[in-house]
Amino acid sequence: MTDPLLTVEDLNVTFPGRETAVRAVRNASFTLGRERLGIVGESGSGKSTTGRALLGLVPRPGIVTAKTMSYAGQNLLQCTERDWQRLRGRRMSMVMQDPKYSLNPVKTVGAQIGETCLLHLGMTRKQAAARTLAMLEAVRIRDPELTYQLYPHQLSGGMGQRVMIAMMLVAEPDFLIADEPTSALDVTVQNEVLRILDDLVSERGMGLIFISHNLTVVSSFCDRVLIMYGGKIVEECAARDLQNARHPYTRALVAAAPSLDIQRTELATVTRDPEWLK
Amino acid sequence: MIAVDDLNVTFHNGGRSIHAVQGISFNVAAGETFGIVGESGSGKSTVLKAIAGLVPSTSSVLEVDGRPAARRRSRAERRLLQLVFQDPYASLHPRQTVDGILREPLVIHGVADIDDKVMAAIADVGLLPMHRFRYPHQLSGGQRQRVAIARALILRPPVLLLDEPTSALDVSIQAEILNLLANLRQSYSLTCILVSHDLAVVAHLCNRIAIMQLGKLVEIISAADLRSGTVTADYTRELIAASRGFTRAPSQNQVVLS
Amino acid sequence: MSVPLAQWLSSEAPTSRRHAILSNAYRGVRSFLANPTALAGLVIVAVLVFLAIFAPLLTMGQSPLDQDLAGRLAAPSAAHWFGTDELGRDVFARTLYGARVTLTIVALVSIVVAPIGLAVGTIAGYLGGWVDVVLMRITDIFLAFPRLVLALAFAAALGPGIENAVIAISLTAWPAYARIARSETMTIAGSDFIQAVVLQGASTRRILFRHIVPLCLSSVIVRLTLDMAGIILTAAGLGFLGLGAKPPTAEWGAMVSSGRDVILDQWWVATIPGIAIFIVSLGFNLLGDGLRDVFDPKSA
Repeated sequence: MTDPLLTVEDLNVTFPGRETAVRAVRNASFTLGRERLGIVGESGSGKSTTGRALLGLVPRPGIVTAKTMSYAGQNLLQCTERDWQRLRGRRMSMVMQDPKYSLNPVKTVGAQIGETCLLHLGMTRKQAAARTLAMLEAVRIRDPELTYQLYPHQLSGGMGQRVMIAMMLVAEPDFLIADEPTSALDVTVQNEVLRILDDLVSERGMGLIFISHNLTVVSSFCDRVLIMYGGKIVEECAARDLQNARHPYTRALVAAAPSLDIQRTELATVTRDPEWLK
Repeated sequence: MIAVDDLNVTFHNGGRSIHAVQGISFNVAAGETFGIVGESGSGKSTVLKAIAGLVPSTSSVLEVDGRPAARRRSRAERRLLQLVFQDPYASLHPRQTVDGILREPLVIHGVADIDDKVMAAIADVGLLPMHRFRYPHQLSGGQRQRVAIARALILRPPVLLLDEPTSALDVSIQAEILNLLANLRQSYSLTCILVSHDLAVVAHLCNRIAIMQLGKLVEIISAADLRSGTVTADYTRELIAASRGFTRAPSQNQVVLS
Repeated sequence: MSVPLAQWLSSEAPTSRRHAILSNAYRGVRSFLANPTALAGLVIVAVLVFLAIFAPLLTMGQSPLDQDLAGRLAAPSAAHWFGTDELGRDVFARTLYGARVTLTIVALVSIVVAPIGLAVGTIAGYLGGWVDVVLMRITDIFLAFPRLVLALAFAAALGPGIENAVIAISLTAWPAYARIARSETMTIAGSDFIQAVVLQGASTRRILFRHIVPLCLSSVIVRLTLDMAGIILTAAGLGFLGLGAKPPTAEWGAMVSSGRDVILDQWWVATIPGIAIFIVSLGFNLLGDGLRDVFDPKSA
């Protein structure tokens, strides 16, 4: 990985509070090439906030600082709201956990995906419709013409998530953040959605940040994994080596999850060490 | 302890009716933990609610502790089983303290020594006396689920029904709750039915496991069968494979983008 | 407030049931006090209550009913701060005593409307089925009556008077509360924590009154406070038409009505009670908005 797509150095996200500020992300540094990078952590670990910071989507009154945060040579720290708008949707995109909340309920699937084409790609209506259908087909929706005319509430969970992915990818971004994209889905559907993401990465050379709490999914799907705890990246390892992680938190997390392979009489619990945050 | 034969649940929604549970039969022995797994829409939670009498059902046999379990139940029959719900944020009354929540069942059943019993229940689930007068919004998800478990067990029911008790919790908290459930099951010799979408959780806690799909029972297997993969139904095999994580199969129909 | 008490009240680990209730109330009061418009509303309502209670003292014995035909329609002066009306009665005294009438109506309407609305709404919402159908159709019937017209018919049939005004207003006001309570109950009834109490063997009455009503109460109180302005205006409207409080009694609506003939030359007779109606209605509205923010479950 000679030329990383994304370079992040000393990323901090702070939410000032009435009494004390909450440091949601602390000194996070990592790079992303054209690969699948997993970010694992429990709730409050800062994994989602990290993802949002990379897209300039940290909600007010959060403050984002970093030594470096650059994407394909562009310094993200100096982006204005206009720059962000041009980047998002066009070159970087995000798939969220629940398609129900991310799709506009009063617009058809086709209209929503087509809008991106009109807005970002300057296509004509006809081109946009053709492109939308092609995209729906690409995420393996069986009947693209029918789905094109459906409203979000008429979609099942797996279909909704595919539509979301189609919408996010229609502008052909080369960097995608997927925040718990399969957590609301059944396991059998989950793997189909993962396969679509997987193919997109390998076919198109996209960079993917895959945020999840599910160790099994991350270790089997990603190339590299960052483990976050309390806003800090406590460990970085190859995904397949997650079972042999070194950091006590990662080890505890792995041991705390019930497994189909190992019969445990009692599950390990995580004893939190304040040292981990230093 | 629990006998279910040909259980059917149908929901009527406007003109349409949905046959959510279709002819399910199984038995759970005293002291056993029985698991029910399935994906969304499989009717697994509905089976639990039917046994608890929270939804109307028809069956040729539905017995708890040798007594037929009707939809309308007497106060004494209610003491036979309790349910722990999936979402600890929705299962506790938002305007009641932990004390008020735990006190309620004791007051309803006219039990004596309420204060002692509340304190004991709090200690049983690993909470501290300082949690007693807190409101649910002052507790973490794991602590709330502990309160829900304490409430379910405070009347000492012989049967405990668990509806996805850990699916809303983080992995480390899930481990604590599962350990707690295992311990309580031991100390109170509980008969449990655990419903979950997570095969690993079910395999961890249960002796026998029923696989459900679209309202029907696919098969009943032992936890050992589940681990070793000695199953008969294709659906079960598919479910196990999917639960073991993502497999990068050689892609046949590759995505081609313009 | 002393520091230890504030700390005790904001404790995250209350030590007794009373402590828990008090510290919860303390948090509510603090979030209420942090809201300036709500506070303004509270101050207005508090001042109204204060003026009504201490009216005899504040008017220094000046009776709202004493006529002084020689000094009729006198302009505001040191002797008569708000001037006098067409019978030479002191407008200041009449306005203060009028607050008593207004408060009485408001209080009586609340006492009648809130319990009826809550009971009908929660029972219909929880039991559902034909009970729901019957109760809600009755509610619809009452909802179909225009408030002022029904109140007029009532007052005309029973004769003017505060009690009849209260009955007339209550009759048309309760259906709105039944509707709120019903929709709220239907959401709550399906929730897990109510299912849990059902499983414990609680009776329907216990579930309704101990678990559901307390949760509906806050939205009913908010609605009631916001409705106060309307109730005050209806009461004033009845008074204006001579169907409210009986004539000599000082009532704001009646006062406006009696001042209407002379509004261009002796503006104070009609304007002062008009301003009073306006300020008090505004006060209740602001208070209601503030209460809604405090009771909002999302802030809990």
